[in-house]
Amino acid sequence: MAVLLIAEHNNKELRPFTLNAATAASQIDSDLHAVIIGQNSADAAKQLSELPVVKKVLSVEGAHYENFTAENFAPVIVKLAENYSHIVCSANTFGKNLMPRIAAHLDTSQVSDIIKVISPDTFLRPIYAGNAFATIKSNDAKKCVTIRPTSFDPCESTGGSAPIEKVDPSEEFSNTKFIKREEIKSDRPELGTARIVVSGGRGMQSGDNFKLITEIADKLGAAIGASRAAVDAGYISNDHQVGQTGKVVVPDLYIAIGISGAIQHLAGMKESKVIVAINKDGEAPIFSVADYGLEADLFEAIPQFMEELNKLNTIQK
Amino acid sequence: MKILVAVKRVIDYNVQIRVKEDGTGVVTDNVKMSTNPPDDNAIEEAVKIKEAGKATEVVAVTVGEEKAQETVRKALAVGADRGIHVKVDGILEPLAVSKILQKIVDKEKPDLVFMGKQAIDDDCNQTGQMLSALLNWPQATFASKIDIQDNKLEVTREIDEGLETIEINVPAIVTCDLRLNEPRYASLPNIMKAKKKPIEEIAASDLGVDVSPRLEQLKVEEPPKRKAGIKVANVAELVQKLKNEAKVI
Repeated sequence: MAVLLIAEHNNKELRPFTLNAATAASQIDSDLHAVIIGQNSADAAKQLSELPVVKKVLSVEGAHYENFTAENFAPVIVKLAENYSHIVCSANTFGKNLMPRIAAHLDTSQVSDIIKVISPDTFLRPIYAGNAFATIKSNDAKKCVTIRPTSFDPCESTGGSAPIEKVDPSEEFSNTKFIKREEIKSDRPELGTARIVVSGGRGMQSGDNFKLITEIADKLGAAIGASRAAVDAGYISNDHQVGQTGKVVVPDLYIAIGISGAIQHLAGMKESKVIVAINKDGEAPIFSVADYGLEADLFEAIPQFMEELNKLNTIQK
Repeated sequence: MKILVAVKRVIDYNVQIRVKEDGTGVVTDNVKMSTNPPDDNAIEEAVKIKEAGKATEVVAVTVGEEKAQETVRKALAVGADRGIHVKVDGILEPLAVSKILQKIVDKEKPDLVFMGKQAIDDDCNQTGQMLSALLNWPQATFASKIDIQDNKLEVTREIDEGLETIEINVPAIVTCDLRLNEPRYASLPNIMKAKKKPIEEIAASDLGVDVSPRLEQLKVEEPPKRKAGIKVANVAELVQKLKNEAKVI
């Protein structure tokens, strides 16, 4: 039986992590189908059909799918699951919200947030905020798996031409009503996929001071991250949080400024290729994972950092 | 309105995890245990709702071994009215826990079930969603704000793109984010009072639920260690290293 990938999209286009999830799903079985559920999502369905790893696209359309409510999505996927050995999607807030609902309906024990496909029934996943890795074998007939997108490369996005098949929608779940979504729009790269991330913590002392982080991020073409402490203190909005219960990022360069490095924060960034820590407390745990540590007052160091960057002839973007 | 809150006993969030040498798990002997942090937020929210006169009873439930009862006792000390301890040995998968909670919901008939959005030990993030599937109830996951209006809840959810607001009809499940509220500390008099509050003990085997594991944990290992870095003397050296050694800017 084939593997079914649940595509994440915004009705207009695929969300980038769908490509990473497709890579993981195709490692389970190259016979990969993908389902896209939404309203007026034909363009996104077409994009999905162009992924060379996808052999068939199932498209489900309905007004009640416009806002990706799990209670509406789950029944249609459960019905489709009959024909599949695995149901796969990203372990971001979309997949975390949806997949367990599907798994429970299928009476399957879900394997969450895998970072490696060892075999079609065995997966590697972090536990305890990434302080241990568990190898898990699923003995369920049907497997529900969510994948950590940053642990898999995105698949090729063009060159495929999978057939798109329409599937009938399921009934609307009337006890949940979408009200609104407040998306923070920004011209900066997305935190999850950015090549460079500049993050601030409690050491920034105020939301105003986050401007210093913004300036560096703009100079480097970087995304902006934050520790939970900084978000809790109201310095910056929740979508910037990096860590165990926030986003997991794996950029080429992660610059942690005024972040002490609680294990919950390290869980979200310690796989970054190069880590820089700037903190005035030389004993801060962030230095234990930093390739380059600078023990300094950030309010002195940041302006100097900008000055040094300005001296460079070229900066990679 | 009656609120059931599920709490889990986990290794304390401040403990540095050690992997057992034989690869069967992590060391839990003589390790500080406490309530899963977002479960504290779930209890706090339920108690606040009761204090605001919008709930009549808050019942705390846990599923686990003998010592898991400590988490229920702690919930009672911060304002829950009574407790339920479903006793079971060994580690249960979220699917099994949600089936047990379904039985407790059938028995207690709460209007709302609250719990943390994720347990910080297995990091599964499944139980609330699974329970709502089994009950066919609405689910408001990752909640950072809850407004109760008659038989409806308006819930603000933290999602990757920002915030989402949904309206759900009661009965419903809410899984709580750490930003939902600031959990209170138990005062000494309340800890003493909590000792007199009732905790009903139920053997999981009496609930008629199949809790046998579906997953095999073949191995637990330490993640690869990062190689030690260096401290730089000043900002100029840092930028020079990033440019010429790491070649990332």
